[in-house]
Amino acid sequence: MTDTSVILDFAVRRGSFRLDIHEQLQSSAVAIVGPSGAGKTTVLDAIAGLRRPARGKIVVHGRTLFDSDSGIDIPPAGRRVGYVPQDVVLFPHMNVDRNILYGTGRGEPPLFERVLELLEIGSLAGRPIDGLSGGERQRVALARALMSGPDLLLLDEPLAAVDVALRGRILPFIERVRGELGTPVIYVSHAADEIRRIADHVVVLESGRVLRVESVSAPTPA
Amino acid sequence: MNAELVRVTLFSVTMASLATLVMLPPGVALGWLLARRRFPGRTVVETVVSLPLVLPPVATGLILLRLLGRRGPIGRILDQAGVDVIFTWKAVVVAMAVMGLPLLVRAARAGFEQVDHRFEQIAATLGASPIRVFFSITLPLANRGVMAGSMLGFSRALGEFGATIMIAGALPGTRTLSTAIYSYSQTGRDTAATLLLAVAATIAFVSVFVSNRLGSGHLEQPPSPSDD
Repeated sequence: MTDTSVILDFAVRRGSFRLDIHEQLQSSAVAIVGPSGAGKTTVLDAIAGLRRPARGKIVVHGRTLFDSDSGIDIPPAGRRVGYVPQDVVLFPHMNVDRNILYGTGRGEPPLFERVLELLEIGSLAGRPIDGLSGGERQRVALARALMSGPDLLLLDEPLAAVDVALRGRILPFIERVRGELGTPVIYVSHAADEIRRIADHVVVLESGRVLRVESVSAPTPA
Repeated sequence: MNAELVRVTLFSVTMASLATLVMLPPGVALGWLLARRRFPGRTVVETVVSLPLVLPPVATGLILLRLLGRRGPIGRILDQAGVDVIFTWKAVVVAMAVMGLPLLVRAARAGFEQVDHRFEQIAATLGASPIRVFFSITLPLANRGVMAGSMLGFSRALGEFGATIMIAGALPGTRTLSTAIYSYSQTGRDTAATLLLAVAATIAFVSVFVSNRLGSGHLEQPPSPSDD
């Protein structure tokens, strides 16, 4: 049986800001919510290996990514984590194809055609990044993360920068990624409706501390 | 323009191009190091790299002469290997490269500083090794700075005089635009000196113009992503 445990037990210091999180969740879809500055992106950065915790342990689905006691600190390139940051960060000097295929040297990636079909971006092949709409950029970033064959997908407010209508169109793609590819997700968001559709557990974060963990009883099926 | 002037012009452009190629690897490496890494002695490295900008070029030439002369620490090794540098075309390349390097480092550093670290971080999460991140993300995004620096370094190399005259002289086989202008004006060949002056000014104008165009392109790069 697939191990769906996520252990987030670490502390990060960044200037005067301090993030302390001690949670063990049994979930393949966790949402992290909280106001700006709560430390949501810091959590994702620590899981992705982009920010080193001062101490603690990060275990995702049975794989230890960081453990200060054992001296384990897998570099970002080895964590097999697909990260879609809030600001998308498509490589500006590469076209859509080169962006999507950037991470395919690793592991066994899902089929290119399947990802293009799933996200309905086949028509964007060969296009420069400059001409893409907000929604297209989000889907290309998602495709790029998926093509790297991640064990876990980190989505940082992927719909924050798009309008309500576009949000309604992109959300089903994220649901399909979770439903059809079965990739576990940690999802940062402000929006309750997104969380209900994507996540089965919600971690409420404020000022670097976990206020509570809620279970989403009936996530909408994909 | 007679054959001698054409030969001097071609020789200078070739030597300056070679010097630019020679200074590119250390220039890019130093630019990246100073832009991206904090390490003990960073300020010392920064100062040493900039020294040829402020030292009299003749003094830089004298240092190179001491290092590369047959009794010098580097020259002795080269001599044992049968490589002669001083008063050859190789000395011209060395003098040009040393004098052009600070300008390349400065521009490359500015180019690297403008590359948002987030691009490199995301590339790493996609499985790219640090070397692949550098060559596929960092360097292409900093390339305007590196190119602008290369053009500036080339221009500086082309105009080099003091260090070149110290370690390469103004012999028929080592005569550059600068040293030829000096020699011709000293020997009363004013027309030839003026012609070379026009050539040097034209090449310098084009190089600096291209460099400035490339440098100003930094402002046109896409907006950088930001962190939470």
